[in-house]
Amino acid sequence: MTNYNTHILICGGTGCKSSNSEQIVENFKSLLAQHNMQDEVQVIKTGCFGFCEQGPIVKVMPDNTFYTQVKPEDVQRIVEEHIIKGRKVTELLYTNPETQKHVSDSKHMEFYKKQVRIALRNCGFIDPENIEESIARGGYEALGKCLTEMTPEEVIAVMKASGLRGRGGAGFPTGLKWELCAKNKADQKYVICNADEGDPGAFMDRSILEGDPNSIVEAMAICGYAIGATKGLVYIRAEYPLAIDRLKIAINQAREYGMLGEDIMGTGFNFDIELRYGAGAFVCGEETALIHSMEGKRGEPTLKPPFPAVSGYMGKPSNVNNVETFANVPVIITKGAEWFSSIGTEKSKGTKVFALAGQINNVGLIEVPMGITLREIIYEIGGGIKGGRQFKAVQTGGPSGGCLTTRHLDTPIDYDSLVAAGSMMGSGGMVVMDETSCMPAIAKFYLEFTCEESCGKCTPCRIGNKRLCEILDKITRGEGTMDDLQQLRNLASVIKDTALCGLGQTSPNPVLSTLDNFWDEYVEHVKDKKCRAGVCKKLLSYVIDPEKCIGCGKCAKGCPTDSITRTDYIAPGHKLASMVINSEKCIKCGACLSGCKFGAISVQ
Amino acid sequence: MINLTIDNKPIQVEEGTTILKAAHQNGINIPTLCYFELDGMKFENKPGGCRVCMVEVKGRRNLAPACATDCMEGMEVLTHTPRVINARKTVVELILSDHPNDCLQCEKNGDCELQSLARRLGIKEIPFQGEQSHYNPGQTLSVCRDMDKCVMCRRCETMCNQFQSVGALSAVDRGFNAVVNTAFDQKLLNTSCVDCGQCVQVCPVGALTLVDNISDVQRALADPTKKVIVHTAPAVRVALGEEFGMEPGTIVTGQMAAALRRIGFDYVFDTDWSADLTIMEEGTELLGRLRKVLNGEQATLPIFTSCCPAWVKFYEKNFPDMLEYPSSAKSPQQMFGAAAKNYFAKKVGIKREDMVVVSVMPCLAKKSELAREEFSVDGNRDVDISISTRELAHLMKQFNIDLGDMPEEDFDTPLGESTGAGVIFGATGGVMEAALRTAYELQTKKKLERLDFVDVRGLEGVKCATIDFDGLPVKVAVCYGLANARAMMEEVRNGNPRGFHAIEVMACPGGCIGGAGQPYHHGDSSIIRRRMEAIYREDAGKPIRKSHENPDILTIYKEYYGEPCGHLSHEQLHTHYFDRSDKLEVVSE
Amino acid sequence: MTKVKSLADLRALREKLSSSLEVREKGEHPEQLVQVRVAMGTCGIAAGAKEVMEHMMQKAHELKIDAVFTQEPCMGYCNLEPTIEICMPGKETVVFGKVDNHRADEILQRYVLQGEMVDGIIPAKQQ
Repeated sequence: MTNYNTHILICGGTGCKSSNSEQIVENFKSLLAQHNMQDEVQVIKTGCFGFCEQGPIVKVMPDNTFYTQVKPEDVQRIVEEHIIKGRKVTELLYTNPETQKHVSDSKHMEFYKKQVRIALRNCGFIDPENIEESIARGGYEALGKCLTEMTPEEVIAVMKASGLRGRGGAGFPTGLKWELCAKNKADQKYVICNADEGDPGAFMDRSILEGDPNSIVEAMAICGYAIGATKGLVYIRAEYPLAIDRLKIAINQAREYGMLGEDIMGTGFNFDIELRYGAGAFVCGEETALIHSMEGKRGEPTLKPPFPAVSGYMGKPSNVNNVETFANVPVIITKGAEWFSSIGTEKSKGTKVFALAGQINNVGLIEVPMGITLREIIYEIGGGIKGGRQFKAVQTGGPSGGCLTTRHLDTPIDYDSLVAAGSMMGSGGMVVMDETSCMPAIAKFYLEFTCEESCGKCTPCRIGNKRLCEILDKITRGEGTMDDLQQLRNLASVIKDTALCGLGQTSPNPVLSTLDNFWDEYVEHVKDKKCRAGVCKKLLSYVIDPEKCIGCGKCAKGCPTDSITRTDYIAPGHKLASMVINSEKCIKCGACLSGCKFGAISVQ
Repeated sequence: MINLTIDNKPIQVEEGTTILKAAHQNGINIPTLCYFELDGMKFENKPGGCRVCMVEVKGRRNLAPACATDCMEGMEVLTHTPRVINARKTVVELILSDHPNDCLQCEKNGDCELQSLARRLGIKEIPFQGEQSHYNPGQTLSVCRDMDKCVMCRRCETMCNQFQSVGALSAVDRGFNAVVNTAFDQKLLNTSCVDCGQCVQVCPVGALTLVDNISDVQRALADPTKKVIVHTAPAVRVALGEEFGMEPGTIVTGQMAAALRRIGFDYVFDTDWSADLTIMEEGTELLGRLRKVLNGEQATLPIFTSCCPAWVKFYEKNFPDMLEYPSSAKSPQQMFGAAAKNYFAKKVGIKREDMVVVSVMPCLAKKSELAREEFSVDGNRDVDISISTRELAHLMKQFNIDLGDMPEEDFDTPLGESTGAGVIFGATGGVMEAALRTAYELQTKKKLERLDFVDVRGLEGVKCATIDFDGLPVKVAVCYGLANARAMMEEVRNGNPRGFHAIEVMACPGGCIGGAGQPYHHGDSSIIRRRMEAIYREDAGKPIRKSHENPDILTIYKEYYGEPCGHLSHEQLHTHYFDRSDKLEVVSE
Repeated sequence: MTKVKSLADLRALREKLSSSLEVREKGEHPEQLVQVRVAMGTCGIAAGAKEVMEHMMQKAHELKIDAVFTQEPCMGYCNLEPTIEICMPGKETVVFGKVDNHRADEILQRYVLQGEMVDGIIPAKQQ
């Protein structure tokens, strides 16, 4: 075996791949070959490092140098300076925005300091296409331990004791779910992995599958052993081609190495995994809808009971867990329930992966212990609000979640505290908003999404959400009334109270939480016809200050609707009469504003 | 047993009872919309989609759908709290906000479940304005579709897919645009639809309605050059009264005949008469095949009945390899038409073109059956117009006839005399029983002691019986619902392991009495049951109860057809079937 | 490729494969290991730093010393190349000059393993 003294890890996740990380890998390989160093330096394409804001990322080991925003042409410098001469290429190092100092080591970056990586333990560390790297990291040892040293009941007992809860959104205790399924006797049972990640902006499941597919293969086999299933199915969205490829490779390699198939590790246990592709319907993340979709039926939820643990795929007992949940399983088995349950809060154990997005400096994928505060996430890990603007709200839980505000910043976050605050954990989307976000418009945005993604089966979701959306549209157009606000609240509560599945029951959350937390802003839209964030176009008016206007007329020439005319007022010191905007005709395109060199035009 | 309280009243129910049923058993009514069950007939539509039947369950975060939530020990259910009523009202207001506001012109006006629900909830205005759904309307010869009115209850879909196994309708698209439609928005005509019309029977609103042919009848009646002949099917007389406020199962044969004369039909005849004729032909065909087999010759058994046009279209579309199994005898409607336009026309000296034959049927498939090319002579159809029981009621109402006020009159002769055997065609098992009465006597040459074959009666979906034909065991089966029929066909295709000789199939629940053209039963299967009882009451009261003893039938063979399955009857009273499976292909771009 | 036939098999395989990730794993927590930083400027390379580093890695492996080797730029003692900086948990960082294979062995055996002082330390003052 070649003993490399240096490893170069290059992010091969979907995000960095789109920023040409494949080319970076190629360049490293060819340059190293030119310098005849291919036997000293190993080049590894890994999964996502999480710091997507700064991608593509290249990490040099063992000196733990974290290069950010690397371009293919930067490779030569890294090889010649760093690899050959040991001189770090400082321009490519991460710069702390506060101190303006370069930080070479990811461990000293605010972004990573507070993270605890369990589910993401191998992402950005190993080559996901090589099962041997996974094994070298202890992969499949948990499976071996279960099959060799534990009974299925013991496996379930560990899962229950760990306190792991479903990471897909609802937070159902995983061990209990396994136990319910294990109890039902049947000739065939199924382990189903829900990889139909649908929350806009959430990509933790994709990253895990791209960065550490073997952990999912292993966890599914463990689950199969625990509940008495020999078949595993992964329901994965077809829009995740890279994750599909890596998962397929992992499954094939696992079969080759005897970790899947007949007589796994000589224990007589059989288990195999097949893939099923979803067409990307949000509602198919709901487990009954997911199962129907896999059966070739219309992807819509049905009433529970019967629960999938009793009658799931093809009417057989099935256990559905999401990717991130599965990713936690092997570590819990190897390190023990006690270790896992020592992390987190009383009722929410372990860590949670969040996709940090929006008006925040450090956009990316983070894994944090339960119980961390929003403040720590936003201001420490997230590096604060972009452009030094004011924090306004954070939306957690994707379209099913709610908007939380400054007063929630210090709440330790876990499943229950988020629900109590009017939002939810969801699959871990976290969108940070600043003062430039209009809350009624945000609520409308999320409602538009749920309207699109509703299956249309139940009345409240099919028609109710549509009507909510229409009322919100009316409000953002400045045509809302106080009655509409009343109507909005009643309708949202009824939808929450009556919808059939989780999608419908949670879809009014963005409306209810913004009504609760930003009532003034709604009233402003209705009564004052004002949008303080300047988002709702219909509520804006462009005004020319006659004192500042020199009357050059450039704005009038650029106006597409000829809404600007000349007045007969000449301001002191000016030679020409000032211009004025006819608000009736103005379409608020903003052309005049960006064209005025004298700062005479403003938005009100 | 499970103990719970509903509205603070302690009650006890069997395990597996839903809140809805538990409440109803205890006199508490919970409104429903999408929920639909034909009790004892294996039809249940329970998608839990409309969210009208919501109730409050103590300790539960959200409201529970009563139709789909099982009672649990210690449950405390409240069915009419302000929260519940507000939710129900809001849900119905939402449905109404996407529903055309044209109740007065709607086919279902007065018979619409959404309308009565809105009235019951006291909805006086719709607080939501917004976009309305619009879909392409469409129709076959039997069914009209106006999906703008669809409330997504999915009853039609369940009926079409599960009960009938036809699979023409399914929910398509997502969210606000979700609607029940054909695959790829094909015309219903180009799908696997067999025109059974049960989607219409179960639709709570006016989204699926029948094709109304009343105006065609009025035009014929107004034409002085035409002689208009009407004949009414057996199931009509036990259901028509419901449209006039009578109890289900009221027999109105005499009043109906009188009313038809009042409306102006020139001859008022009875489809029961041609049902007797059908028995003569079909029974003879059965015996013919049976005797051949007994003699060691080739013959196709079992024989399937062919009276039900939805069933005929179903096997033409789904079992084109088995077209030799069904009897070649035409249905009573078409036998009547053939006899009227040939035998009777000649007898009374009316030219075929001057005669208009109108049938009154419990059925919507009859509307498309009469249009089959093989049932025309030089473009002139044997039966010109078919109207349903509901249309007949509408016609009578236009003439300001209250059926209850009518005197009882007899049908005209010679196509009006019928036996009890003809009457029971209206219920599942009736055709088989009528055929057995005749076939037994023709085969054994002995008088049948007990006329009631109770084994083939009742609302079971599939019934089997073995009849002793004087030492020869004749095995028969009776089923309704095309899913049951499909299973039967497949069993026969797999070698007929149970050795059936004859199988009766009707598409509709309970047979023709539950037909799509009958007054809406809104899921109350006791209505179908009472119609069935009336059918057998009518049979029991008939002086003649065997088809081969009908004097007018004997006369027509003597005067015209010669003998059953003879040359002329083959020409006029029998038909042949076509492979229609190609019509199932979806035209892709 | 042979199939893994038992848990013991798997553990053996992991043992065999563990060296492949050693470089990465050590880089994750260098502060807990013996950190050997080899100056790899042009001067260092010319003086044979590369060969010394390879030798030292081999030797450390033989002596079962948990060490992490990194390359550093020139430390400024071009006259004392190859120079090597050693940082042990809980100890001051020490720089050695003119390290050849022989001296490298001595540093590992005596300084690292036994904590004895070895000749050739560049005094902190000079640094």
